[in-house]
Amino acid sequence: MARRPAPPLPSALKAPPPRPGEGNGPLSPVEQAKEAGITVVDWVDERTSLSGAARWLMFRKVPKGTNWYYTLGSATLFAFLSQAVTGVFLAMFYRPDAAGGAYESIRHITDDVFLGQFVRGMHLWGASVMVVLVFLHMGRTFLFGAYKYPRELNWVIGVVLLILTMVMALTGYLLPFDQRAYWATIVANNITATGPLVGPYLGDFLRSGPEFTATTLSRFYAIHMLLVPGAIAALIGAHLYLVTKLGTTAPPWSKVDRRPELSETEV
Amino acid sequence: MNRVEKEQYLRDYSVLKAQGKPFFPYAVAKDGAMACVVLAVIITLSLVLGAGQGPKANPTTTSYVPRPDWYFFFLFELLRVVKPSSLTQLATIGVPTIGMILLFLLPFYDRGPERRPERRPIAMLTFVVVVAAMALLTYKGAHAGDPTTIGMATPPRIVRTGGATLAEYEAGKAVVAQSGCLACHKIGENGNDGPGPNLTHVAARLPVLAVARTLVNPTAPMPSFKNLPPNKFKAAVAFLSQLK
Ligand code: HEC
Ligand code: HEM
Repeated sequence: MARRPAPPLPSALKAPPPRPGEGNGPLSPVEQAKEAGITVVDWVDERTSLSGAARWLMFRKVPKGTNWYYTLGSATLFAFLSQAVTGVFLAMFYRPDAAGGAYESIRHITDDVFLGQFVRGMHLWGASVMVVLVFLHMGRTFLFGAYKYPRELNWVIGVVLLILTMVMALTGYLLPFDQRAYWATIVANNITATGPLVGPYLGDFLRSGPEFTATTLSRFYAIHMLLVPGAIAALIGAHLYLVTKLGTTAPPWSKVDRRPELSETEV
Repeated sequence: MNRVEKEQYLRDYSVLKAQGKPFFPYAVAKDGAMACVVLAVIITLSLVLGAGQGPKANPTTTSYVPRPDWYFFFLFELLRVVKPSSLTQLATIGVPTIGMILLFLLPFYDRGPERRPERRPIAMLTFVVVVAAMALLTYKGAHAGDPTTIGMATPPRIVRTGGATLAEYEAGKAVVAQSGCLACHKIGENGNDGPGPNLTHVAARLPVLAVARTLVNPTAPMPSFKNLPPNKFKAAVAFLSQLK
């Protein structure tokens, strides 16, 4: 910026000279926007110290040789997020009413609501995709021996996630409340009730009594849209905490190259 | 793994990790690409296959053959493989429970330091057997029919009797055919052989009352049919009690 001569003002009205360290002259709008961004981040960081966590999460190193098979876990996570988003939209229209409201609300979503069938289809097929991905991811960690020391606990959390994913698939199947949903669920529930120890209680709990009634549907709905998704989200958090803390495995075939200049660690 | 092996592992791992690339942006880019593939697959499936809706749930008519979604086929099919009804419990609960316990405890009994698949023959053999078994059961489950007709000649003695007996027999045949029984039972040439017993000759082993009792108060996984309208229920029992 070219310097123009200062106007002849009394010294009391003159702008004070810039303090050392402060830039000279006003900032351009782009610079101002950048400053604002930095200020906000600084403000939050000063109060939360989150930047350390973000750096810990994002700038950790993944071992040499990490390949495409390592994306299966995050792909499962993405499928879960897709189910959560489409599920929210379905919940805006669904009514867990066994007397006919449930069936009618599904019909309404499928036939009347804008893009309703599309979103329902995404949720329906997304369930299959998530089940497939969770099995593939489990297969990958099994084949790579990733469940061994020190990642045993993460495997155990993973098995719970697998079971909860299957519970989601099972409870969701009833909600459209057509013939197929109704009869398949009765059979599934009967099977559950034959389980050892807790089986009969679990069966009664799911049915909300010895009989399949209108409450059964609301109960399945609450389990499907609140209880289990909450548990899954929390457990995914624990799973990912351990992944970040322990680091992902290197592929089992990796050769350890022990030249000293390379083993200089800066993690 | 003993302590030396654990320390060796951690040392090797820290070297491999130090030689790796930062998670952001390298791994994030791959994960992002994969997320796009997943989204594309879901959208394509939704657009091509859509979301249908069957007839409304109705406890009094079971025109639908009870059948789980495809990812539970392998469990349902297990019921068919384990035939004797004394072992049904083993198939429904025993095998899955034991499988789950083994899966949970895997890191605690497979503690060897070796990670390369080609040097873990037992683990790989188990993997292949389990995957093959699940694939086979799923395939068989997908190809088990949803039969809703019973193509059985009416026995001559009933034709000869005629009248109400014949009418009730025919009505009962239709009820049984349409009530999903064939998903689990074989009657004559129709239906799936299992998980329930073959019903072609039930009346020879069960009295009429026992058949009726089974329909009202069955053993799992068979659903109860006590909500069938009384005339349909009566016809079904009459039909079954003629299957000698
Ligand atoms: C989900 C599968 C399933 C469906 C559907 C089903 N059953 Fe069954 N049924 C079974 C099983 C399993 C058993 C054996 C139970 C036991 O071990 O006591 C059985 C037992 C029976 C028996 C007793 C047979 C014997 O030899 O002890 C009769 C009779 C019977 N079912 C009739 C029917 C009829 C009629 C229908 C249709 C209205 C029907 N079932 C639908 C699974 C099913
Ligand atoms: C909702 C389901 C799940 C989600 C969202 C999920 C997510 C993830 C993610 C993002 C990773 C990072 C590395 C990678 O992607 O491979 C990971 C690692 C891991 N997961 Fe999962 N997972 C799920 C289920 C499972 C299941 C069912 C198992 C096994 C029983 C499992 C066992 C593991 C193990 C052992 C690791 C460490 C792998 C390594 O360090 O190489 N997870 N998971």
